Amino acid sequence: MPQIQIVLVLLIFAAIVAVEMRDLLASIVALGVVGLGLSITFLFLNATDLAVVQIVVEILSFIILVRAIRPRREAGLVVERKAISATITLTIIVLFLFFISKALFDLPAFGNPAMRVSERYLQNGLKETGAANIVMAVLLDYRIFDSLGQIIILFAAVMGILSIIRKVGRKK
Amino acid sequence: MIQKDQKGMTLIVKAVTSYIVGIILLFGIYMTVHGHLFSGGGVAGGIIIAMAFINYLLAFGRELSLFRMYEICAKMLSVGALLFIGIGLFGLKKGYLFFNFLNTSESLNANFVKLFGAGTIPLLNIAITFSISASIFMIFLALIISTKK
Repeated sequence: MPQIQIVLVLLIFAAIVAVEMRDLLASIVALGVVGLGLSITFLFLNATDLAVVQIVVEILSFIILVRAIRPRREAGLVVERKAISATITLTIIVLFLFFISKALFDLPAFGNPAMRVSERYLQNGLKETGAANIVMAVLLDYRIFDSLGQIIILFAAVMGILSIIRKVGRKK
Repeated sequence: MIQKDQKGMTLIVKAVTSYIVGIILLFGIYMTVHGHLFSGGGVAGGIIIAMAFINYLLAFGRELSLFRMYEICAKMLSVGALLFIGIGLFGLKKGYLFFNFLNTSESLNANFVKLFGAGTIPLLNIAITFSISASIFMIFLALIISTKK
């Protein structure tokens, strides 16, 4: 579809802008554009759950990043780019793209139903679980151990963050 | 009424926030409870509820009494996780772990029980929403309180 390619070109442009800007607030805004463009791409591909979660998490990380650059708004450290490392990086990227394009032509076409397990979920999802949203039915009935792992990771991440940032409890 | 020129943001932001925060909270709860019918689910609903609280905190300044929110959020996080595991273990005696033991979509009339007919899925959505909203708000509180003015 041509709409997806236009949005993806805009995404790449915004990502390059986010890396190269000196002003930190402008680069954070460019990161917000990247997240928004990704959400629009998900909407073009009819994935509404992904689009909702993507835009909400993007707004949340935008708030936290803007809060984090409060003391200083200029990027302090600018590293000169050397010629040898840039050439090696470009060569590796070109080789990678070449082999990936050879491998991608062997996959079935986009949207071609080569699914065997998902067809069972799509046909019997409403009868077996009673949920009209098949994504939720898969997440919370067929593959629920992944959601259990998600809650465990959430707990561990929160405990890690709180133990580092705590203000009380430090010996003077 | 809203005090003029207290700490936090300007008067316009405070006035709009005081009307909008309840609607954001209601929308987050709606997205959680109807997660098995429309798109969204527990993850998006939990983050939207946390963002309602963050909006309130950012608009009215950080001198609100926040030191009790830590314990409340910690309790909500634990309740969410325990509810998730508890519902899973409760289905253990009927079959395997996390068995969907409240599925009534075959027996009753489907139009009547559309909100409640999916069994354990809305309850698990509510448990996930508790844990995600409490943890995101706790992280934000830790980042706000620990910075100097």
